[in-house]
Amino acid sequence: MSALAGLARPVSSSQRRAFLAVLRRDLYVTWRELPAFLAQVILQPLFLLFVFGKVLGSLGYTQHGYANLLFPGLVALTAVITGMQTLAFPLVAEFGWTREIEDRLLAPMPTAFVAAEKVVFATLRALVAALIMIPIGVLILGSIPWRWSGLPLFVAGLLLGALVGAGFGLVLGTLVQPQRINLLFSLVFTPLLFTGCSQYPWPSLARLRWFQVVTAANPMTYVSEALRGALVPSVPHIQPWICLIVLLGAIALLMAVGIRGFYRRAID
Amino acid sequence: MTFAVVSDRLVDVSDLVKRYPRSPANAVDGVSFAVQPGETFGLLGPNGAGKTTTIGVLTTRVRPTSGSARIGGVDVVHDPVEARRQLAVVPQRNNLDRSLSVRDNLIFHAAYHGVPPREREARADELLAQFGLLDRARAKPDFFSGGQTQRMMIARALMHAPRVLFLDEPTTGLDPAARLFVWDRLRELSEQGVTLLLTTHDMDEAAELADRVGIMDHGRLLALDTPQALMRSLSEETTLELTTDRSADGDILAAFATLAGVERVEQIQSGEESDGAFRVRLYLSSDAAALVAPAASLLAHRGLALNAVKLGAPTLEDVFIHLTGRTLR
Repeated sequence: MSALAGLARPVSSSQRRAFLAVLRRDLYVTWRELPAFLAQVILQPLFLLFVFGKVLGSLGYTQHGYANLLFPGLVALTAVITGMQTLAFPLVAEFGWTREIEDRLLAPMPTAFVAAEKVVFATLRALVAALIMIPIGVLILGSIPWRWSGLPLFVAGLLLGALVGAGFGLVLGTLVQPQRINLLFSLVFTPLLFTGCSQYPWPSLARLRWFQVVTAANPMTYVSEALRGALVPSVPHIQPWICLIVLLGAIALLMAVGIRGFYRRAID
Repeated sequence: MTFAVVSDRLVDVSDLVKRYPRSPANAVDGVSFAVQPGETFGLLGPNGAGKTTTIGVLTTRVRPTSGSARIGGVDVVHDPVEARRQLAVVPQRNNLDRSLSVRDNLIFHAAYHGVPPREREARADELLAQFGLLDRARAKPDFFSGGQTQRMMIARALMHAPRVLFLDEPTTGLDPAARLFVWDRLRELSEQGVTLLLTTHDMDEAAELADRVGIMDHGRLLALDTPQALMRSLSEETTLELTTDRSADGDILAAFATLAGVERVEQIQSGEESDGAFRVRLYLSSDAAALVAPAASLLAHRGLALNAVKLGAPTLEDVFIHLTGRTLR
């Protein structure tokens, strides 16, 4: 396939320059709209953390220790959702009505590089957003669960989570017609948000078997579980190696479908 | 990378065919032409003739069904990356980056194409001045007029000094002043040696700007020559064009043909207007003015009122009508 052929050729320095220039454009725009970026990525997990971790705990509706298993889940959720939002919404607009992407598609680099830049940028933004959750967690909860020995798994889970989010964004951004962008919220974001095991550990769902099966189909579940394995291993969780393998598989699948969709939209 | 371009064909299109899936006909149906370095080449035809698709193939955005297209010797299908280095596009619709200022639109475009920082700063200022955009350089391109948008897109396209500049309907929808401004800039570029390939459905634009014109209809290239030569192909004849208030029956054409000095009679179908008017063009071997009276009385004899008379030497529109039997719009 041409998409793969484009990636297989040796990358010249001018193609690398074009790729980096497009990435620089995205970083430049983000920098100039920093408050908007922060509001977009911080507000939702901030409220989730505050209400579920602080308010319900203070009122006695959740058990002691719930905040500890919620925190890694919300970091996972932030990574996945931010990766997805960063990619999907602008892409729908750029292909649909602003056509801004055309100037980048005509840059001297393979079309797949334009898609790859979107993924890299979305991953970067997702990582920044997820890491901001750490100080916010300390601020709201007083302390967060942290194990230095869990750091490698935490980093790996976070990176794969950001990539899964970007992969979802690429697939949805090339699939969804601009006039259907509202459906993206109700039909995709909301189910993804609540079936990703960010608010509950997966093994505990054994009592609700059908829902456990549903959540097993959401890649975000494995991000939440991996981060729980890294930060609060005493809570029962899916084995980290299973999480990483499933995530790698999901990323491969989402990227393959997403890049195909990208070519379909970029070239008639 | 260096390319030895042996031929003088900067743009070389050969037997190009594009058929879209689920479409009954080819959008581009076997088109061949070549553009020389420094030339301004116009593709003239009505909407839907296949001009934009042809440009789409040449600018690597449309994959051809068959045939080949080369720019500077580079096959656009096999090496689109190298082809993109040589070309620039001014599209029909605004695709400026709305998150960047006008000046940053130019700067980043140059960066994508690897123009060094110092050079792209200087070039941006130069082009902003040339296109009368200096006072708007820091503004976002959101609320600009059609003419300003068009100028910005041309300036942006020139930032990486392309060998060929493609312009898709460069003045459609512009007011007359903006249109003249764009024409002047395009003439300047041509004088500087930039090769231009433009599409238009406006015969004035084609005659005004293009060194050579290809006339397209239904995906096919019907004629290709200098505007003068195309018009000369009809210019042995003068023409007399008559418009009546309502439609007439077919044998009136035969009646016109019997008038002395009439070589050929053609009924003209207007593309969009269906006001019931009847237009006929007489190709003459004699003086057109002398035929106005007999033609008018022939109409009056049939109870038809003569609304308009046009005498003239052929225009590019006449060439188009001659080739297709229809007007351009």
